[in-house]
Amino acid sequence: MLALARNSEAARKPVSDAVRQLPRHRTWWCGILAAIAWLTAAWFTKQWPDAGDVGPTALLAGCAAAIGVALLGASVVSLFAKFPERFRGGPWLIALALLLGFWELASAKLNLLPRPFFAAPQSLLAVYMEDWPRLVECTLRSFMLLISGYLVGALLGFLTGLAIGWSRTIGYWLHPVLRFVGPLPATAWLPLAFFVLPSSWSAGVFLIALATGFPVAVLTWSGVAGVNAAYYDVARTLGAGPVFLILRVAIPAAMPSVFVGLFMGLGASFAVLVVAEMMGVRAGLGWYLSWAQGWAAYSNMYAALIVMALMCSGLITLLFRLRDRLLSWQKGLLRW
Amino acid sequence: MVAVSGGCGAPIRLMKVCHAFELHGRQLPVLDEIDLFTGPGDFVALLGPSGCGKSTLLRLIAGLEQPRAGAIIMDQRQIGDPDPSRILVFQDPTLYPWRTVRQNVALGLEARGLMRTRSGRIDDVLRQVGLDGFQHAYPHQLSGGMAQRASLARALVNDPDVLLMDEPLANLDSLTRSAMQDELIALWQRERFTAFLVTHDVEEALYLAGRVLVLSQRPARILADVKVDLPHPRHRGSAGFMELRRRVLEELGQPMHW
Repeated sequence: MLALARNSEAARKPVSDAVRQLPRHRTWWCGILAAIAWLTAAWFTKQWPDAGDVGPTALLAGCAAAIGVALLGASVVSLFAKFPERFRGGPWLIALALLLGFWELASAKLNLLPRPFFAAPQSLLAVYMEDWPRLVECTLRSFMLLISGYLVGALLGFLTGLAIGWSRTIGYWLHPVLRFVGPLPATAWLPLAFFVLPSSWSAGVFLIALATGFPVAVLTWSGVAGVNAAYYDVARTLGAGPVFLILRVAIPAAMPSVFVGLFMGLGASFAVLVVAEMMGVRAGLGWYLSWAQGWAAYSNMYAALIVMALMCSGLITLLFRLRDRLLSWQKGLLRW
Repeated sequence: MVAVSGGCGAPIRLMKVCHAFELHGRQLPVLDEIDLFTGPGDFVALLGPSGCGKSTLLRLIAGLEQPRAGAIIMDQRQIGDPDPSRILVFQDPTLYPWRTVRQNVALGLEARGLMRTRSGRIDDVLRQVGLDGFQHAYPHQLSGGMAQRASLARALVNDPDVLLMDEPLANLDSLTRSAMQDELIALWQRERFTAFLVTHDVEEALYLAGRVLVLSQRPARILADVKVDLPHPRHRGSAGFMELRRRVLEELGQPMHW
């Protein structure tokens, strides 16, 4: 605490100096440090002999060196030109270089990790170089299956939730069904789905839609049910009909809650996607994982896991962007 | 300039209006045979103890609820459903948080499909209530007074024949409040709608209205019908004002002790 206070005290003084000098840009020290870290990692990857045949070591060193040189270039540019000040990834770039270095050290150089189960970085690189056509195809297939199921599930869930929240009669009939069937994990339907539905792909869509639909329906419903009754009174006195009340009052008011459901549904859909691909759908990243495991090709498994993580986090990020765009009016109301 | 269109006040007649709420399976009478006639362009204030049914009366005139017995008639027609010719302004501004001020004000026009032909009216009203610089602000960026002005603008843009106000100034600080009272009078004088104002504030009622109705405890009956024959702008300290104030407080069962 004390150190922190003193630090901020010290930090305050140079501000006045800085204001007087009016610097046009700031040197990107983090970038220089990161460049050094990456270049160091590249250097010892190249120089230190591997404990066995683990893959294209020289290529790995080359990639790390390329990143280091790029960072060095960016840092040098920052000495002379204005650099985007919003970029806050500097410390992470350093951490990633360290992580790669220790991983390389523990696996390829010192052989500390039991070999077939833990792969060296260069063996993952080898997988991407040799098996990329299959990985790309699997990624595309997973993506298509996931998106189809998710969109169907989100749409049906949204409409179900809206109907239950809006109409008493529909709520009377649908609510118990939702309460009874909804909590059942979608994967429990797996044997039935693959048996009943014409293709394993349609079964996958069905399962993912089910997993997505339940949280979206419940949260849409609670969002619609929780709309301030005065909002409806206001619209009605202004001459609004039922369509306007649904489209312009109930739905926008329920939107924050709907998005919570969409996020939960997306998370659930990832889980079901992998299970469906491991159990029945003969394609996709889930299938690739179990196939790699069957052949004890652990580096392939890690490579597929990384691709899958990129796909899932990319989709979550996309949904965040959509929310930020649609719900920007909340910015002043919440800690965004 | 403000285009005067439609909205020049409508007469309202209440005939033996009764209403009741259901509470825990029991009937709770709220209004007891209310008879009332207001001419076009009148400004009527409703005063009465808390929970006596003043707000309910406004909701009935707005058409948001149907009376259990009796009839409410506007322009020789019985009031059934809510209609944009009678607009209710609530105690809370109840602006939609996902819409900007301008979009909130546009609500009535959008709902009736009049955005094409009448959207120019939005700018007029925003200017009238002094919000022309805040069109694109979101409600949470407004102060209480500004939000209430936006809510008033949302009503006025429809050129209502009848403006029903349910304690619209109750949540404002006293300075904003007296400024808004003057603005309200100016608006009413310009637009000439029929105005109903529910309030707890005797002074506010006497300052604004041409007629003050004092209601009884629930179930509400009209105890007194006080005509306020003072020209605008009124002075709260004038002898006539003080005399009316004494009378109304007496009717409310709270005689002045000074």
